[in-house]
Amino acid sequence: MLSMNKHSLLYRVFDLYYDGFRHMKLGRTLWAIILIKLFIIFVILKLFFFPNYIKEHANKGEESEFVATQVLKR
Amino acid sequence: MTNLLLNIDAGSIDWARAQFALTAIYHWLFVPLTLGLAVIMGIAETCWYHTRDTFWRDTAKFWQKLFGVNFAMGVATGIILEFEFGTNWSNYSWFVGDIFGAPLAIEGIVAFFMESTFVAVMFFGWKKVSPGFHLASTWLTGLGATISAWWILVANAWMQYPVGCEFNPDTMRNEMVSFLDVALSPFAVDKFCHTVISAWIIGAIFVVAVSCWYLMKKREVKLAKQSIKIAAIVGLIASLGAAMTGHKSAQSVAEVQPMKLAAMEALYNGGTDVGLTAVAWVNPFCQPDYQNEESAPLKIEMPYALSFMATNDIHGYVPGINDILNGYTKPDGTREPSVDEKIERGKKAIEALAGYRAAKYASSDDGTTAAAHLKVLQENMKYFGYGYVKDRNDVVPPIPINFWAFRIMVGLGCVFILFFAIITVMAFKIPLVSVITRRLLAAFGIIPETEADTHDIAGLPAWHYWVAIALVPLAYIASESGWLVAEFGRQPWTIQDMLPTWVAISDISSTSVALTFFLFLFLFTLMLAVEINILLKQIKKGPKYTDIKD
Repeated sequence: MLSMNKHSLLYRVFDLYYDGFRHMKLGRTLWAIILIKLFIIFVILKLFFFPNYIKEHANKGEESEFVATQVLKR
Repeated sequence: MTNLLLNIDAGSIDWARAQFALTAIYHWLFVPLTLGLAVIMGIAETCWYHTRDTFWRDTAKFWQKLFGVNFAMGVATGIILEFEFGTNWSNYSWFVGDIFGAPLAIEGIVAFFMESTFVAVMFFGWKKVSPGFHLASTWLTGLGATISAWWILVANAWMQYPVGCEFNPDTMRNEMVSFLDVALSPFAVDKFCHTVISAWIIGAIFVVAVSCWYLMKKREVKLAKQSIKIAAIVGLIASLGAAMTGHKSAQSVAEVQPMKLAAMEALYNGGTDVGLTAVAWVNPFCQPDYQNEESAPLKIEMPYALSFMATNDIHGYVPGINDILNGYTKPDGTREPSVDEKIERGKKAIEALAGYRAAKYASSDDGTTAAAHLKVLQENMKYFGYGYVKDRNDVVPPIPINFWAFRIMVGLGCVFILFFAIITVMAFKIPLVSVITRRLLAAFGIIPETEADTHDIAGLPAWHYWVAIALVPLAYIASESGWLVAEFGRQPWTIQDMLPTWVAISDISSTSVALTFFLFLFLFTLMLAVEINILLKQIKKGPKYTDIKD
């Protein structure tokens, strides 16, 4: 295990976060909510409900042609 | 490539708009409180830094804790809007190209690095860093959030007033030609000032309301009284500032989105020396017959005020809805074309774009046909979106929503100025003014005679405090009303004059958008209930005077 000088900037930054996270009380609840929210947003919503429409319908490199078809015929 | 039928489901436009509005409104519940509380907690900690009185440290930490709850609940809710761009508004998303990409990327980087760094120091660093560094971190947390808001508002302002870009018919995208024109667009500057300053009002009202609840419960009296003092000053400056920046915003709108201003005012026929409508009967549920009515019925107006608001000149010319539809001559002598003329020019632009693309891919063209089409396109690009308009009345935004939302915002704004003026007088016990104010309130029966000479803001009857608490939802209603005016006012454009909603939308079924709308409605309601619950618990718990880690 690497030994760190307790006065070094790196250690102090690490200690700020480590100690801070370790002693959280309300913060634990808030972080749990944030993580659940991020899971719902990026895993459930993005993957299952919000695909990129152009990427799904146009071949790579032909996106502008696809959009032109969409826009010019309306 | 998928061969699409290109038969757009009209319902999908409404559902996609409703979904975007729902997400934006939900996101905007958190942002203004974050921006507002950042100022209050910054001032409280500055008081601690100067006095080293632990009371101020505890006060700052208490508001930081509520800031943290709100921040945590609001974080990432804006990302959903970007998902909606990619799925529901794919044509729009492609069309705006890097104009949107650059500000949003900067916003993401700034938000991540500034906020994650300084938020951590603010919450974890009380015993780890020097007081000066901690104070700087607290202010930089607020500054980071404000800078994030800047870039988002730059992106929004560009949709309302597209500048600094050029349409590339090869890539079908608007490409940025001047970053400074986009980032420092006067429309963006006005929007930013008005939005951020009005967010401070929400923060100030929230702090006054929480403090009043403590005073009503006769607890945390010192914290409540001192916090009210800070919030009163912030709120008074912000509510006066919101009025001034609102005036500037209205001038921007008058210049670049006259139809929005006409809809806000239900101004069917414009002219010079135009009065500002204080109130009129505009049916909230249906579009008025602006083509045949001279003006909205039962109109009470402030003479010359609209001309002044729009042009800074009480005799200034303000076009009405019919003037804009029929075309009008501006004060500088130039002529604004009618909507029918714009539609013709828009159609020319669309045909030229199609011709250009066809010629470009045709092996027989030596470049001259493509160049000719390109010239026509460039000459008419300004009105490109009008080419999709079938009926000229489609460019008139929903008047009732704009009219009433504007009045709610301005009316409540005036209430907030009065509220903060009274609170400032009471909180600072300004002797003569306080006595006069309280005696006037007593004379009008607003407060009992027996309270006319009471000076202390603590110990008042409970209803005083309930008034302050009741202003919290009203502050949110005012703020969201402002956004309703901004966004409904530019209908039907997703990008002003360039791209109407029915072209910006993806060819998706309304069922799928409706499904995600209700999914969001459920999720947002649940998350909001959780946030309010946590927030109320923390308020009930009150400040902690010993634990400095949480």
